[in-house]
Amino acid sequence: MSDEDLIEEMGRIGARYGGGPATTVPTRPDVAIVRAGSVVVKAHAPGAAREPLERRMRAAAHPALDGILLRPVTEEIMTVHDRLVTVWPAGTPVDPDDPGAAPWEDGARLLARLHAVPAGALPALPPAGGPARVGRTVTRLTGGSAAEQVVLRAFASLPDFEEAAGRAGAGLPAHGDWHLGQMVRTGGRWVLIDADDLGLGDPAWDLARPAAWFAAGLLEPEVWHRFLAAYRAAGGNAVPAQGDPWERLNLPAQALTVQLAAAAVAAARREGRALDEVESVLIDTCQRIVQFRSACHSVPTQ
Amino acid sequence: MQCPKCRGNMRTYERNGVHIDQCDGCRGIFLDYGELETLTRMESQWSQQQHAAPPPPPPPAHGAPGWGAPAPHYGGHYGHHRQRSWVGMLFST
Repeated sequence: MSDEDLIEEMGRIGARYGGGPATTVPTRPDVAIVRAGSVVVKAHAPGAAREPLERRMRAAAHPALDGILLRPVTEEIMTVHDRLVTVWPAGTPVDPDDPGAAPWEDGARLLARLHAVPAGALPALPPAGGPARVGRTVTRLTGGSAAEQVVLRAFASLPDFEEAAGRAGAGLPAHGDWHLGQMVRTGGRWVLIDADDLGLGDPAWDLARPAAWFAAGLLEPEVWHRFLAAYRAAGGNAVPAQGDPWERLNLPAQALTVQLAAAAVAAARREGRALDEVESVLIDTCQRIVQFRSACHSVPTQ
Repeated sequence: MQCPKCRGNMRTYERNGVHIDQCDGCRGIFLDYGELETLTRMESQWSQQQHAAPPPPPPPAHGAPGWGAPAPHYGGHYGHHRQRSWVGMLFST
């Protein structure tokens, strides 16, 4: 099976649902997206399991998530050349050329609304993605460079965050993989997209990426505080309404920092180049996580 | 009384029980015997009060986590290379 066969068949599916000529949409390497008229056809990552995706599709199509998560054109999951394929309405993504104008507050409010949906109102969901991805990303490292060793040390310094996420969230609906690419504008409103990691978990993990970017000094404080304030104003339950949000955010944001740093060093090694400034900032942040965690341990316990 | 330095006229003030003679001309100050010790004592009392006072409450530490960057890295001095990997990270899994 070639990628061309897959794309061609996805184009035929798109033409059936959306009409219009098919064009491929750039996305991450393990996923393929074809747009045809009013729909996009998505080939999920190779090896994706059907059963959890079926549950996620049922939830995405459920009225309780209306206006929060993009509703699929059909709940049906097709299999094309061993890949799971789903069909969604096309929308306008956030403009990557203008991240300053990105709808941070809309994202925050959508997450707050998603987190507030009672789990019992939705079809049964698998665990949210997020915590499991950290370990998967770190296992790609070999420890062959000083930077990789820092990342591995930071990973080893973290307490069991998968177990902590299970405890802290008590199984609330969460997106599982939120970043600026996970929203589209459709019908004049922003909605969340991508149900691949939708599930029950600790909603603080949905704030972990921007929290990690802010802690690393990459995201402007003004943007972070706008995002956090919008989340709180919308009743978001991942952090206390007032007071210190970092008691809830520290561990997810540190784990995300480790994941981002691991992905960065893996990408640099693959491309045979040195780390750039942003990637080096992530390694420096991992170093501070090690110091922070060892300071936590040295506090005598009662 | 005449200023021992510039021969100007000296005026007497009292501040918290300490006599101070100050010259109208050069603004120089003359202390009587024991007045320097009085000032030193008052100073040490003041600083003891400061030490005895409860420390001021810490500022609300909700701004940034303890493991956060001491100095920000945003700002425009990284050039397009930074922009590329930063924007990529904002939009990718």
